Amino acid sequence: MTTTLVGTPGLLTDPDAGPIRLSHEPRRLLVFAEEAGLTGRGGAGFPTYRKLAAVAAGAQKSGAERPVVIGNGAEGEPASGKDRALLTHSPHLVLDGLMLAAEAVGAEKVYLYAPADLAPSLRARIAQRAPRITVVEAPDTFISGEESAVISRIEGRAALPRDKRRLVVESGVRGAPTLVQNVETLAHLALLARYGPSWFRSRGTRQEPGTFLATLSGAVRMPGVYEAPYGIPLGELVSLAGGPSSDLQAVLVGGYHGAWLPARAEVPVSRAGLRQYGASPGAGVVVALPTSACGLVESARIASYLARQTAGQCGPCVNGLPRLADTLIRLARRDRDTRLPGEVERLLGLVAGRGACHHPDGTVRFVRSSMATFAPEVRMHLAGYCTAEGASDV
Amino acid sequence: MSERLHIDWTACRGRGLCGELLPEMLDLDEWGYPRPKQGLSVPRALSGPARQAVGLCPRQALRLQTEATS
Ligand SMILES: Cc1cc2nc3c(=O)[nH]c(=O)nc-3n(C[C@H](O)[C@H](O)[C@H](O)COP(=O)(O)O)c2cc1C
Ligand code: SF4
Ligand code: SF4
Repeated sequence: MTTTLVGTPGLLTDPDAGPIRLSHEPRRLLVFAEEAGLTGRGGAGFPTYRKLAAVAAGAQKSGAERPVVIGNGAEGEPASGKDRALLTHSPHLVLDGLMLAAEAVGAEKVYLYAPADLAPSLRARIAQRAPRITVVEAPDTFISGEESAVISRIEGRAALPRDKRRLVVESGVRGAPTLVQNVETLAHLALLARYGPSWFRSRGTRQEPGTFLATLSGAVRMPGVYEAPYGIPLGELVSLAGGPSSDLQAVLVGGYHGAWLPARAEVPVSRAGLRQYGASPGAGVVVALPTSACGLVESARIASYLARQTAGQCGPCVNGLPRLADTLIRLARRDRDTRLPGEVERLLGLVAGRGACHHPDGTVRFVRSSMATFAPEVRMHLAGYCTAEGASDV
Repeated sequence: MSERLHIDWTACRGRGLCGELLPEMLDLDEWGYPRPKQGLSVPRALSGPARQAVGLCPRQALRLQTEATS
């Protein structure tokens, strides 16, 4: 994948000018994060300030253990490459962000959770720059980066999500207040500490300030990772990647837990702009689907992948996701059974909200958007035809 | 304060005892896993049966949590 620079200072182009610290006033980071309006870049978009404040407050309670801070670089999403790009091109920003967050909440233990192949170079970098950080290797599964799975892995167990009776910010690693933050969020914190909230807010929209790393793939000329401001029109974002490589019919935004929408150049890539499509920028994934491909075939392929990635723990997810994927495969194969769309709807109702993690809900969002965006194809398939130019079978 | 039934999906193995003890609140899906009929808030009148379901679940997958009401 190529990485390209848009404006400076940038997440992927930051010249390392030595560690960024707020050592005299570590708590200033909370003020900066609040004023900047920084949100998590791991998918959910939760305000970072609120998590920092909750962990710092948890640590003040009498008898509370010292907090734990974890940088989440697992990036289980197959269509995403931005955390890997960041850990490869700008590891110093991630390490600085981790230490800034750790100092701000008064953490004792600090971890960086990252893919095994990146661990050796990260460990070497850490030895010079921030020896308090311990690297823990993330397994290569879709759900390994889910917050509670991360905590299980840090505790030395399998990276599987767990039941959430208590919030992680109150009770995470061995019961200590725990901050889990995506590595891109941490890199933004580092730049924020250096340049301040007004600089941060100079890009993006009023409601959704700042930039994000987008991973573009599919029918674009130069697939790769690009930094862009929130609110950038979809067409401009695709232009950063060299523009479409053929006519586009739809784009998948937000990754495999995201949503399809029609390829309309003017749609702003922000929560506000994508809401009407049931989508959000998520972790910045954009997959462009050419008119030559069949949206139903592609959706069935992704649904099958998601079904194989259940962590095998929760009945409705383990039983329901494969059934949902099979039903989509039958639709994609032009099985002329008019009950199929109703069956998809029924299965969506059966899996929604019924698991220890959001994997079922993310899958529901994706499948629902597939059925809506490719509704004309569904009708054609049920009649035994396909609209795609070079339709291939699943 | 009112009560809410929490299902630990990682523990539940779908034997379906809870469906028999709390039929007013829970259906069982086609695989035998509990499916709330209308949310998981426990009406006061069902507080007793809910407690019984929590106590008798063979997997200890059920819990009663208090939730703030506004
Ligand atoms: C199935 C699943 C997989 C996830 N995978 C990742 C991941 O690989 N990396 C990540 O940062 N967040 C992932 N998340 C989100 C995390 O649970 C968590 O919200 C995030 O790491 C918090 O960081 P942020 O607030 O900086 O975004 C995943 C969530 C779910 C439900
Ligand atoms: S909901 Fe699915 S993916 Fe999440 S923990 Fe349960 S079985 Fe695993
Ligand atoms: S009784 Fe317990 S284990 Fe059995 S279905 Fe109900 S919650 Fe699940």
